[in-house]
Amino acid sequence: MKLVVVTAGLTQPSSSRLLADRLAEAVRQRTEAEVRVVELRELAVDVANNFVTGFANARLSEVIEAVTEADGLIAVTPIFSGSYSGLFKSFFDVVDNTALTGKPVLIGATGGTARHSLALEHALRPLFTYLRAVVVPTAVYAASEDWGGGRDAFTDGLGDRIARAADELADLLRHRAPRQRPDEDAVVPFADQLAALRPE
Amino acid sequence: MQFGIFSVGDVTTDPTNGRTPTEHERIKAMVTIALKAEEVGLDVFATGEHHNPPFVPSSPTTMLGYIAARTERLILSTATTLITTNDPVKIAEDFAMLQHVADGRVDLMMGRGNTGPVYPWFGQDIRQGIPLAIENYALLHKLWREDVVDWEGRFRTPLQGFTSTPRPLDGVPPFVWHGSIRSPEIAEQAAYYGDGFFANNIFWPKEHYMRLISLYRQRYAHYGHGTPEQAIVGLGGQVFMRKNSQDAVREFRPYFDNAPVYGHGPSLEEFTAETPLTVGSPQQVIDRTLEFREYFGDYQRQLFLMDHAGLPLKTVLEQLDILGEEVVPVLRKEFAKDRPAEVPDAPTHASLLAAKNQSETVGA
Repeated sequence: MKLVVVTAGLTQPSSSRLLADRLAEAVRQRTEAEVRVVELRELAVDVANNFVTGFANARLSEVIEAVTEADGLIAVTPIFSGSYSGLFKSFFDVVDNTALTGKPVLIGATGGTARHSLALEHALRPLFTYLRAVVVPTAVYAASEDWGGGRDAFTDGLGDRIARAADELADLLRHRAPRQRPDEDAVVPFADQLAALRPE
Repeated sequence: MQFGIFSVGDVTTDPTNGRTPTEHERIKAMVTIALKAEEVGLDVFATGEHHNPPFVPSSPTTMLGYIAARTERLILSTATTLITTNDPVKIAEDFAMLQHVADGRVDLMMGRGNTGPVYPWFGQDIRQGIPLAIENYALLHKLWREDVVDWEGRFRTPLQGFTSTPRPLDGVPPFVWHGSIRSPEIAEQAAYYGDGFFANNIFWPKEHYMRLISLYRQRYAHYGHGTPEQAIVGLGGQVFMRKNSQDAVREFRPYFDNAPVYGHGPSLEEFTAETPLTVGSPQQVIDRTLEFREYFGDYQRQLFLMDHAGLPLKTVLEQLDILGEEVVPVLRKEFAKDRPAEVPDAPTHASLLAAKNQSETVGA
C-alpha cells in the first residue's frame, strides 16, 4: 500500500512538514503503508515551468505519477491570506484532474493562529471534492499554540485530532479496492467514434 | 525521406532590438522563406492557420497559391488546417483548387486548433473538438472521392446532390496528415484512413510522442494498410545553428528567453534537455535528428520550425542555408542507410497517381 504525503511548507524545517510527518506516521502505524513525502518547495520552479511550457519535466512528472498511483494521499499546506498557498494550488493544477478520483485524502494545514483553521473546510475540502477525492471527515489544523499545550477542557489536542484523522484514513485505505490503472493505450475503435456521430 | 520547414506565422518583436515587423513584412517574409526553402533543396513548406493576432496566416491557400506560382518542386502543405472550425466543404474546394494551380504539389495536415475563442468565433464549441474533427474529416474525405455527395451530420447543414469543384487533380485527392499533440483519437483516425500522422514533437518529452506514434503504427496495420513499419510518420523539430555551438547558444538565447510559447520559463539548457530543441553546431543538429529514428522508427517527413520568436528574416535565411547545405544532405544519406526496402516514402501526387493507375489496370 502506497501513501504519498504532499507538503507545501516553505521554511526548512517547516511546521507543515512537521504536521505532515506526524500524520504520515500515525497512518503508517495503522496500515503499514509505504510512505513517500514530497516537499513542493523543491518542485516550485518545475511547477512554474509546467505552467509556462504546458508540460511537466522529468522530475515533476515522476512526482505526479507517484501521486496518481498512490493508494492514499496526505496533503498539507500553510494557510496564506485565508487559503492554501499558491504553490500548493499550483501543484494540484498541474496534476491531471482525474488523478485523484476516488482516492482517500487526509487534509491538513498550519498557520499562526487557530482563527484560520476553517480554511481547511472552505478552501481545501472543496478543492479535493472538485477533484472527486474522498476526503476524510477530520481535517487537521495546527496553529502555533498547538505545538505547545493547545488543549483546553473543550477542545481535542493536536495529538487527538491526528489520531482521529489517521483512524479515518486508515479505515478507508483498508477497505479500498486496489487502484485500477487506466489503460493508456486503450483506443475507441474508429467505427465506434463515427457511429456516435450519426444523426438520430 | 522529405525535409522541410513549418511556420507558425507569428508576428513577434525581436527582443534584441525591440523591432516588430508589420503584418505585411511578416507575410512577405514567410513567402521569401518558402522560396528559400526550395532554393536550398528542401522538399516541403508548411504554413500554420490562425485567426487571431499576433499570427498572420489566416488564409493558407492564398499564400500557398502564390508560392506555387514562384516555385517548381516545393511541396506546399499546412501545419495545420483547422478541421474543426473550417467548413469541410470549403477545405475540399480550396485545396483541390490549390492542387490544380500547383500541378499536384500539395498536401495538408489536419489539426484541431487550441485557441479557445476561435471555436465560438466560427460558431463551434471547443468541447466538441474531437467529434468535429471526426465528422468534418469524414465529409471532406467523401467530397474528394465521390462526385455527387448526399450527406447529413451533426455539425453542418446537410448536402443533397452536392459536387465539390474543382474535382481533385487527376482524380487523386491530396495526401492528408493528421497532426496531434496529445490525442490518441487522432492517431486512431489517421490509422483508420491510412493517412499520415504528424507528431509536432516540439513541446513534450519524446516518451509521449513515442506512445502516440506506436499506437498509430499498430492501428495502421490493424486497418490493413500495411505493416506498422509502413505507416506514414512525420515529425517536427526545432533548431538553431551556427558553426560554433557556443555562438548558436549566445545568439539564440534572447529569442528563446522571450519566445511567446515557452519564454520566461525553463532555461534554454533545461528545455533542450527535455525536448527535441537543438541549439548548436550543424553536426549537433544532425546527431540529434538522427536519434529520432531510434525513438520513432523509420519515418517519412521531417519538418523544422525555423522562423519564429522574432528572429529576423536575414537570420532565418542564413539558417536555411545551413540547413540546406550542411544538414539535410547528411541526413538524407544517413537516413537512407539501413532503411528497410519496404518502408515507403511519403506519398506525393505522382506516387498516388501511379498507384491509382496501377489499381485501375489491375481491376480492368
